[in-house]
Amino acid sequence: MTTKELPAYWQPDAECLDREELAQLQLERLEATLSRVYRNVPFYRKYFDDVNFDTDAVRSTDDLRRLPFTAKRDLAASYPYGLFAVPLREVVRLHASGGSAGHALVMGYTRNDLKTWANLMARVLVAGGVTKDDVVQITFDYGLFTGAFGVHQGAERLGASVIPASSGNSKRQLKIMRDYRTTVLVATPSYALHLIDAMAEAGVVANQLSLRRALLGGENWTEEQRQRIEQELHVTATDNYALSEVMGPGIAGECLERNGLHVFEDHFLVEVVDPLTMERVRPGDRGELVLTTLTKEAFPLVRYRTGELTSLIPEPCPCGRTSVRMRPVRARSDDMLTVKGVNVYPSQVEEVLEGIQGPEPRFQLVVDRPQTLDEATVLVEVSEDVFFDEMKKQSEFRERIVRRLASELGVGFEVKLVTRKTLDDAVAQGGRVVDRRRK
Amino acid sequence: MLRIRNLDVAYGPVTVLRRVSLHVNKGEVVAIVGANGAGKTTLLKTITGLVRPRAGEIALEGQDVVRTSTEQTVAMGCSLVPEGRQVFASMSVRDNLLMGAHVQYRRGKKDEVAADLQRVYGLFPVLEKRRDQFAGTLSGGEQQMLAMGRALMARPSLLMLDEPSMGLAPLVMRDIFATVSRVASEGCTVLLVEQNARSALKIADRGYVLETGRIVLQGTAEELLANQDVQRAYLGRDVNEEQEGRP
Repeated sequence: MTTKELPAYWQPDAECLDREELAQLQLERLEATLSRVYRNVPFYRKYFDDVNFDTDAVRSTDDLRRLPFTAKRDLAASYPYGLFAVPLREVVRLHASGGSAGHALVMGYTRNDLKTWANLMARVLVAGGVTKDDVVQITFDYGLFTGAFGVHQGAERLGASVIPASSGNSKRQLKIMRDYRTTVLVATPSYALHLIDAMAEAGVVANQLSLRRALLGGENWTEEQRQRIEQELHVTATDNYALSEVMGPGIAGECLERNGLHVFEDHFLVEVVDPLTMERVRPGDRGELVLTTLTKEAFPLVRYRTGELTSLIPEPCPCGRTSVRMRPVRARSDDMLTVKGVNVYPSQVEEVLEGIQGPEPRFQLVVDRPQTLDEATVLVEVSEDVFFDEMKKQSEFRERIVRRLASELGVGFEVKLVTRKTLDDAVAQGGRVVDRRRK
Repeated sequence: MLRIRNLDVAYGPVTVLRRVSLHVNKGEVVAIVGANGAGKTTLLKTITGLVRPRAGEIALEGQDVVRTSTEQTVAMGCSLVPEGRQVFASMSVRDNLLMGAHVQYRRGKKDEVAADLQRVYGLFPVLEKRRDQFAGTLSGGEQQMLAMGRALMARPSLLMLDEPSMGLAPLVMRDIFATVSRVASEGCTVLLVEQNARSALKIADRGYVLETGRIVLQGTAEELLANQDVQRAYLGRDVNEEQEGRP
């Protein structure tokens, strides 16, 4: 549908930087980052001292290999501000993401961080073919999550017209999309698919809309889904990679070649490691994505294990950007689930149930996508007395779990109570998590 | 233009610079800011070959200059305006400027010297007015202009300035920085070392913050001006002290 377009960049000097100059810049930024985290973040000082790592001895970005990894549990243990590298009064924005041990992970941003973030997101948008003349409808949830605000700032920086539609209410979304003449849809892939179904129901056809681009992210999707979205919505759909702990959206994004996501290497050092040996894999091989921030002021991270499986494409891209590309993330190396765009760990569910039922709750998480939207159910084993209690008490008990799960995890779960031993076979067969969305 | 990787410099047992890496692109004004004793002057002296590094690489236009003598470095187009001016007090202003042109004579470009002298007089009219005076009789600001003029007489492609604002009244200081901007806009690449972080970053494209021999921050001048750490480096305040005020 679209003909070959002229390459456009938001920050051409940075995006098309000569690889050798990039290496120099990465080294300078890495050295400054290591000096700063060692000086300002007690966690990193201890971490480096424990392995006898002298930040002054760093001579190349390869020396990073001698450092341990930062894991999600380290972030949770530092709740809320333990890993900040600047005093709180220099932080102008806070976001949070699902964590473990009962705590969300809290991320801080200085004024400079927000500026950098907006520019990097603008890079993603421009790479996906968005211009300042576009009308961008953002259907992510505006709140503690980084997605909506991240894209919002980038689109504003670019100069596009931004509609902060937020999530949900497909009818209203479609009305806005048609009446405001939205040209760019920003959504999770599953929500884009859901909108396609909603259009059919509402009798809206793509020709009535002005859409031309879709920037999709926040969850794993497939090429088949991309094709369907592109055909049904008459758009070019590009993928982008977001991770709240590292920044949010704006870490990597596809260009119109739609063949791998350009990682913004001048701001993030990318490694791919074997999740078992934790050694770097050979270029192009699959492994877990590990990111080090190079410019973040408030919340720098060194060798952060993303838990996401991908591989790098070292060959240059015809679009002219010189950065390495990563293949779209299709799987994780741990048990994290993405439900309706929100990250959920089974351990979080366990903690909620423990708080209500006492130690060792027995449960099974079932996630399904009957049509296009996620449905998550928790099956909880309860003792006979609860089960045969009056209906009122039983439903009160169930309601309590529903509310607690929603408030702790930030996403709604259906809760079903089952009698003792019911889950034994089910858990033995399927494990504590059954994800029927994976085929 | 200039690329430094992992520079270590020590005076005897005392390490002054620790794995300093930085670069200056052609046409840029780059500022290195930091408190007294952070290693700024040592860095410039190492680039010009007055101090030998213990380890690391320095490349000028892609050419390794770690083992190059100071005269050669100057001949390659790298001039330093030293801290405290260091003009030749008992020589006239004009002779001071002609001293700066010695590499031009050696390059066989004697004919261009006269024009260069006029160019420097154009930049600093006060020097022309005082051309026959002894340099020692000039005011601090005028001596700084003379030191800059002398460096420019060598037709440098990279001009390095060490604390040009030192000991100057605010108004004079402003003039000096304005002149640095003008020199840069005429195509000269500038590496500027300053304690006065704010003034330096205002005329710079990019900057580095040097603290006790390490670069702890780098970025565009605009970013650094907005960064509280720059204030801290300049004031020499400790971050722990700052964080005590945190709720």
